[in-house]
Amino acid sequence: MTERVFHTDGVTKVYDTGEVKVYALAGVDLTLYAGELAVLLGPSGSGKSTLLNILGGLDHASEGRVFFRDLELTGLNDRGLTRYRRDHVGFVFQFYNLVPSLSARENVQLVTDVAPNPMPAEEALDLVGLGHRLDHFPAEMSGGEQQRVAIARAIAKRPEVLLCDEPTGALDSKTGIRVLQALKDINDRFGTSTVVITHNAGIREMAHRVISFHDGRIDEVTVNETRLEPAEIVW
Amino acid sequence: MRAIDKKLLRDFRRLWAQALAIALVLAAGVAILLMSFGMSRALDDTRAAYYERNRFADVFTQVTRAPLTLVPEIEAIEGVYAAEPRILSLALLDLPGRVEAAQGWLVSIPETGEPRLNVPILRSGSWPDPDDRDRVVVNEPFAKANEYRVGDTFSANLDGQKRELTISGTALSPEFIYTIGPGQMMPDSQNFGVIWMPERALAAAFDMTGAFNSITLKLAAGVSEQTVIDTLDTILEQYGGAGAHGRDDQISHTFLDSEITSLETLAYVLPPIFMGITVFLVNMVIGRIIALERAEIGLLKAVGYSDVEICLHYLMLSALIAVVGIGIGWALGTWLAHGMAVLYAQFFDFPYLIFGMGPGPYVIAALIAMAAAVGGALRAALGAARLPPAVAMSPPAPPRFKRSVIDRMMAAIRLSQPTIMILRSLIRWPVRSAMTVLGLALAVAVLVSSGFFEDSMDVIIDTAFHQQNRQDVIVILNGETPESAVEAARTLPGAMIVEGEMFYTATLRNGHLEKNTSIQARRPGTTLSRMTDADGQVVEPPSEGIAMSDRLAAQLDLQVGDLVEVEFLDGDRGTYQVPVTQLVTQYFGMGALMDLETVSAMFRKAPQVRTINMRVDPEQLPALHAALKDTPKAGGAILMTENRQAFQDTIAQTLTMTTAIYGILGILITVGVAYNGARVQLSERARELASLRILGFSRGEVSYILVGETMILALLAQPLGWAIGWYVAQLMTDSFESDIFAIPLILNPPTFSYASLIVLGAALGAALIVRRRIDTLDLVAVMKTRE
Repeated sequence: MTERVFHTDGVTKVYDTGEVKVYALAGVDLTLYAGELAVLLGPSGSGKSTLLNILGGLDHASEGRVFFRDLELTGLNDRGLTRYRRDHVGFVFQFYNLVPSLSARENVQLVTDVAPNPMPAEEALDLVGLGHRLDHFPAEMSGGEQQRVAIARAIAKRPEVLLCDEPTGALDSKTGIRVLQALKDINDRFGTSTVVITHNAGIREMAHRVISFHDGRIDEVTVNETRLEPAEIVW
Repeated sequence: MRAIDKKLLRDFRRLWAQALAIALVLAAGVAILLMSFGMSRALDDTRAAYYERNRFADVFTQVTRAPLTLVPEIEAIEGVYAAEPRILSLALLDLPGRVEAAQGWLVSIPETGEPRLNVPILRSGSWPDPDDRDRVVVNEPFAKANEYRVGDTFSANLDGQKRELTISGTALSPEFIYTIGPGQMMPDSQNFGVIWMPERALAAAFDMTGAFNSITLKLAAGVSEQTVIDTLDTILEQYGGAGAHGRDDQISHTFLDSEITSLETLAYVLPPIFMGITVFLVNMVIGRIIALERAEIGLLKAVGYSDVEICLHYLMLSALIAVVGIGIGWALGTWLAHGMAVLYAQFFDFPYLIFGMGPGPYVIAALIAMAAAVGGALRAALGAARLPPAVAMSPPAPPRFKRSVIDRMMAAIRLSQPTIMILRSLIRWPVRSAMTVLGLALAVAVLVSSGFFEDSMDVIIDTAFHQQNRQDVIVILNGETPESAVEAARTLPGAMIVEGEMFYTATLRNGHLEKNTSIQARRPGTTLSRMTDADGQVVEPPSEGIAMSDRLAAQLDLQVGDLVEVEFLDGDRGTYQVPVTQLVTQYFGMGALMDLETVSAMFRKAPQVRTINMRVDPEQLPALHAALKDTPKAGGAILMTENRQAFQDTIAQTLTMTTAIYGILGILITVGVAYNGARVQLSERARELASLRILGFSRGEVSYILVGETMILALLAQPLGWAIGWYVAQLMTDSFESDIFAIPLILNPPTFSYASLIVLGAALGAALIVRRRIDTLDLVAVMKTRE
């Protein structure tokens, strides 16, 4: 695990409300490696979501540089970032963000339609254990199932990185574990570099590395010598 | 199909009610545009083709009696391509089986066998031989209305001799597309015909052998019509030339022109209103959808959809609305245009079908409609495209409500919380509130501006029939006749009041401005034919000077007290300087009035008359007609009672139809605006209203907030709608104004209340339909949803 996927160099993000300047990120230097499952841990407002958005090309850094492999994300315009997201990144969000008017299969197709080398939508849903729910609409599925559709959607493009923002935040422990298991399976099987944001400290146990945030800075980085299976996690 | 396109179609299906409400507004715009623009073009093209193929003349004139030897000189006028002399005369017709006398134009057929200009198209039978004395071709509508076939006969009073004529055929002519007899207000084919008769026979009957009393000219391209007219007038001056005119003063042509103009006006006034409302509605609805789909937009961006794809996605949604609107509009417009074509077939005599609308108007209407819908969505769609993905993923900031003076006022007068919620929402979205008010105001305006027509027609009918032309019968005499004819007419059966009237064709001049018109001359104190002012005051013929229509005075730039140069063109010619004594508001024609005694004194001769107006005992009408048919001097008789009835019936029929159509249009706009406004409001307020329900507010109280806002906006729209309607009506009357008639702008209070009631009713209905959704509001689900 020496191949670098992400590398940030003094990244800051400042929200200027006119009266006060809020530093969401106050100089972050971080390297993430290929095949790694990293957990970003920290309280609300610690800057982890902001960093994830910048890594995923959803937001611009105020200062500093961000690289995806050799590609400098901070040098890309909107069009370049769109291209980057389309080709390399899979997202999973806390509230699933499924399109309610599309079935599970169609929600996945939303991505496979534009990705350069996708897997069939059915295969992606099979991977998350939803091969039997292809034609169900979001309203007909449980929260856990919806989140797994979201994961299937994220992995269907065979992304190099999977960025997950509080993927279990809206779920109970039982369904949360199923979702985490799905993420781990993908990571193990395809070697997809995975970043998971959470403020549930229990989830840290399944990561290769845990990066703790506080006040827009990295507080601590720990490496797990032994990882727990999601099922073993105490919620 | 791509998943994003499936989303599009499903969104569209989910929005069907709102989409349909918008599509119907758009469809109304498309239909009216198609109908008015398409039909004006079809009418114009058909007329142009007919004129071209049948060599409709460019210049027309009548003369008392001019020798045929003048024709080469006329043909030699520079720019004259062809000239055709002819004999043209009005005759009283005695139709078998009919009590009333009909009348018709007698037109000569040249010796060569076929006219060179204004070529009639033979529709049945054959042309009479040049030496036939009693065989004639009649215009097809006259034959149809009276159920004549080739070989049937009728009688005509030819300059005093009663002659039996046999119909040898029927024809149509570009000169008589709109066939209206003197004194008639609309075509009446049963009582008015055009009769083509061999020149030799007609010349013999009217003592015109070797002479003509009418000539028409075809001009070469690019020639100044006025120059030719001036030269022609000079040549014909000593033969009693009545002043030549171009197509602009040819009756059939002018009526068609005014129809085409009013269709064009319709195309300019109404469709923009509907398109404008569509822009607003699409903007409001797509704007709301985009607000609701913020998270989805964020997601699409996160997974790699480009700004252009997202923008197009929402523009496609509006394009789908446009496609539905265009489809309905095309169908509706085709149907309307077809209805118009049927109506035109009734009034206009074309040899071919008018309904020849090509693909052009369809394409243009569709393009404009598509532009309106897509244009309406553009701002919101661009906003969606520009939304940074990270921002789109987070819920929007709540709207900022600030305490203002208005809030303190609302608190001071102790309004209830729901009322405060309504008012605050109106103030919070001032642009949307204002646009909703404007949209509803336009609905009111459409109704007011169509209602004005009925009010104005009432005044026109009252003025024309009850104030100005109160006679039962007008007897048209063959040429100038000494006033003693009036005395003779008193002995006719049933005559109760008998009054004579004289008409002079004259050119009025003021400096370089000039206008041909007809001057009425009569004695003061007549009771049947009168000139009245806009406020109903009777205008007596001035003892010295001339009274004239204000529109005529405006064209000649004349004021009361100015001197106008009057050149009399027929009979006793001469040019006089006459003071203008009074300007009169008139709806029909551009007339002028003088005292018969004064004019006669100018000519130093005893007073002459051309028509006799009669009030008749209805019981004696058949006897009167019988007597008139045998009166040598009578050239025609107009039955005003029938005229009035026909006019009023047609107007009533047209008004019922237009009132219904405009009523539907007004409702479409109102429902489109109010329904979508209420739906958007409900969507924005679902959480708020559900919260109120949870807090214990009743359905009625919660409904009040939703319906109240719509109705407050609808009420605010009323005065604005009245004002816009008044303005549009003003524009329409201005555009309708022609030399033939003017429409007064009359708007009565019932028109305003009718418009308001319809719009308020439709708005309430639309709001109540949306209100039903409050009953099914899933309180728990609403509270659970994010945002």
